[in-house]
Amino acid sequence: MNTTEIIDPAHIIMTGAIFAGLSGVPGLFPRLGATVAQKLATIIACLGSLLGLGGAIVVAVSGMTEHLVLDWSLPFGPCDIWIDPLAAFFLIPIFLVSGACAVYANGYWPAGKHPGTSRVLGFFLGLLASSMVLLITAGNSVFFLISWEVMAVSAYFAITAENEDHEVRKAGFVYLVCTHVGTLALFVMFIVLRLMTGSFAIPHAGTLSPLAPGAAVIFFTAIFGFGMKAGIMPLHIWLPAAHANGPSHVSAMMSGVMLKMGIYGIIRIVSLFSPIPLWWGVVILGAGIVSGLAGVISAIGQHDLKRLLAYSSIENIGIITIGLGTALIGMAVGHPPLVIMGMGGCLLHMLNHSLFKSLLFLGSGAVIHATGTRELSRMGGLARHMPRTALLFFIGCVAICGLPPLNGFVSEYLLYFGFFNGINGSSIPVFSTMVLAIFSLALIGSLALACFVRLCGIAFLGQNRSSETGALHDAPLTMVAPMALLALCCLGVGLLPLSAVHLVEIPVLAVFPPAMTAGKNISSIAPLAWLEACGLLLTLVIVAFIGLYLRRLKANPPVPASTWGCGYLQPTARIQYSATSFAEMLVHFFRGVLQPRYAMPRISGFLPNTARFSSRIPETVLEGLLLPFMRLTGLVFSFLRRLQHGEPNLYVLYIFVTLVMMLAWSY
Amino acid sequence: MTDILIHALLVILMPPLLLGVIGKTKAAFAGRVGPSYFQHYYDLAKLIRKGTVISDTTTWIFTAGPVITLAATLVAALLLPLGNHAAPIAFAGDMVLFAYLFALGRFFTTLAALDTGSSFEGMGAAREATFACLAEPALFFALITLSRMSGTLSLSPMMTNLSVSLWFSSGAALLLLIGGLFIVLLAENCRIPFDDPTTHLELTMVHEVMVLDHSGPAFAYILYGAAMKLFVMGAFFINIALPLKSGNAMLDWGIFILLMLGLAVAIGVVESIMARLRLVRIPQMLVAACILSGFSMLLILR
Repeated sequence: MNTTEIIDPAHIIMTGAIFAGLSGVPGLFPRLGATVAQKLATIIACLGSLLGLGGAIVVAVSGMTEHLVLDWSLPFGPCDIWIDPLAAFFLIPIFLVSGACAVYANGYWPAGKHPGTSRVLGFFLGLLASSMVLLITAGNSVFFLISWEVMAVSAYFAITAENEDHEVRKAGFVYLVCTHVGTLALFVMFIVLRLMTGSFAIPHAGTLSPLAPGAAVIFFTAIFGFGMKAGIMPLHIWLPAAHANGPSHVSAMMSGVMLKMGIYGIIRIVSLFSPIPLWWGVVILGAGIVSGLAGVISAIGQHDLKRLLAYSSIENIGIITIGLGTALIGMAVGHPPLVIMGMGGCLLHMLNHSLFKSLLFLGSGAVIHATGTRELSRMGGLARHMPRTALLFFIGCVAICGLPPLNGFVSEYLLYFGFFNGINGSSIPVFSTMVLAIFSLALIGSLALACFVRLCGIAFLGQNRSSETGALHDAPLTMVAPMALLALCCLGVGLLPLSAVHLVEIPVLAVFPPAMTAGKNISSIAPLAWLEACGLLLTLVIVAFIGLYLRRLKANPPVPASTWGCGYLQPTARIQYSATSFAEMLVHFFRGVLQPRYAMPRISGFLPNTARFSSRIPETVLEGLLLPFMRLTGLVFSFLRRLQHGEPNLYVLYIFVTLVMMLAWSY
Repeated sequence: MTDILIHALLVILMPPLLLGVIGKTKAAFAGRVGPSYFQHYYDLAKLIRKGTVISDTTTWIFTAGPVITLAATLVAALLLPLGNHAAPIAFAGDMVLFAYLFALGRFFTTLAALDTGSSFEGMGAAREATFACLAEPALFFALITLSRMSGTLSLSPMMTNLSVSLWFSSGAALLLLIGGLFIVLLAENCRIPFDDPTTHLELTMVHEVMVLDHSGPAFAYILYGAAMKLFVMGAFFINIALPLKSGNAMLDWGIFILLMLGLAVAIGVVESIMARLRLVRIPQMLVAACILSGFSMLLILR
């Protein structure tokens, strides 16, 4: 790093982080009006985002590594801050999405309507963003854990903004327990790491041996601890409820950014080791396939708009993990294209997911704002009442299904490219894992398509299923503008894959030692220029056909009529295909995994009474396995409750006694 | 250059002819004269000049559906080699784009169906989306087999690598493969025994029921797009099933056209001698297609 430069990217990024962290502070002064505080918070957060984004892109593209040292008086060694290209790449979605969410909050959670909670949300969202920046850049494991904990706790307070609602409190509690179980695993991991290296500093890439005692412990605790945060199945139990019950921009921040911190952690920890054992890659690939398939299958059956998006996040985390697993397998067998394409697909899909999933969550917020419900079966026909939101939401859906010419396709193309490279001329184990990966990604892709066609079709198209359509309104500009920005990013990455991949290339190389990649990079292996040309061609053909069609319509103006009811003269909105009926065949097909519950009355007699039917897809892992287990554990260990009696002064005594005991032990 | 021109002309002009040949074959089986070979060209010309009726419940998606589907199919047609000639657009990884372009078409066709708010069209959309989940893995298994056989990542070399001698050396794998692909071909193009393209209002319908509300030029786009999809998937099948090569470029084009017409006759024969399957059997057949192409993949792994 050249310290003589006046403008240093690392300082810019840190200034951005400080701005983001301080953005909610004005709201803490009760003398300041809530509206003024929110406006101030938005301005400060946007400023921080712009600064951080600029710095992060410069570091990711230039490939330099920035290093700062913070002075602190804690006995854990110097507090290093390292911003290498990988870290910088993960900073991009943090700054982008947190800025967009800060603007969005003005329309979605206006301080005029929610004077109290808007201050809370502003403060914790700012803290969430800045703590994520710090943990990404932390070079010291204690500093990492502190930032990790601040992130986890500020996300908890942001989710539970509406804490008078029982569901919200429950979701928040499950999240809090899960995140701490995950953190516990991380404590174990960092302790073992400290035993291996002798210092709290996070070592450089490729410096540890996977054969050293403890390496496997580090690997599994990392997968458990970080996987819990990322929402890898079956560690995802907190995710659906937390995403569904939080305010929508908080869900966008969590799904778009916070889950990626888990992915970052896994990548960082795995990259410390060299050479990578083959089974590490296979384990991670397997975890990715399980999450991807189970995530999308669960998403198909959901009736709650935001729960569906949350399960789809699990699916996308699965795709990202599949990419990482492929890269690790490539490392283990020495197959450079597999490493580059797997990692490139992993990182690009990470960025893409944070773009389109934040867009979709913000869009779902606009829908909830207008309709006042999250139930898909009460929606319908929203596209005519909120055309701007619908258009942006559709862009997000095309992107998330991985369809050309949008950004989801580019990252899935890179992944497929890697897989097919692994098919050709490789040994049987690599061939079979790659076949499994192709099969899973193809199945995930088509299931995701069914899932999002259902979501768009039921929510936005057709006729409204509930009677009160008069109150429907499109979202205000403060909500539409951030969504439009994210949609533009989706279009940009999709139509200009060459430039987008340029952003990923250096971070991919930074993760692994250069010998592994043999001087190749993504754009020298994959013909992205062709992809760009095809995207352009497709767009041109579509535009040309639309032009031709509109000319025909002009020559012969269309006649409006009602939808053909196949001879039925009195159609109502309730006759339409519903969310349940659309998914019925697939839910039935996967009933072994989903365990759908039906409340079906027995209809008998000649004149049966009014009957109600309902169906529900439970969260199988949580409701079927964990909660019964927890109840049992609670009974068995109930004697321990005597220690927990709610007297803070005695709790302080516990801490004191523990400290004294630890001091005595260290002598 | 001539090859590219012929490719483009075939893609644009030939698809409706296949439907005409299928119709003639079915008529011959039924002992009728049947409509002209060129009936579908006349139909398209008539529809494009007709007026449109648009439902009040619909949005721009209803219009975008047919247009985007046709555009996606057209671009996919440019990625596929026809006969012994490389495609105009060929690059490493183009098979992924090929598969996903059909998915793009499916996304917008099913959304346009849901846009009308009709329960029939919703039904068709749900079935289309569901069955595609089973057909897609079969297609990708086939791509894996072809990619491994040829050692390449692009459709053009994958297809031109196939030859009669390859059929002698690994015939079993290819036989299983074309078995699976023929099922996918019939299912994806709404042919008997999976779907009946001649009825419009049966509850067992998949594709046809999704376009009940489209009329005029939009319906012409849909019919033309469907014919082109049959042409593209048929060419994919023919390239694998009968990789006949003469060495002469012009003769190769002639062979390809004859083979495509032969395929249309074969489809007509299948449609004439089989009854449509019950709806619950369709997923089972598609899973069978998946397994067949999965087996062919295992067979080449030596």
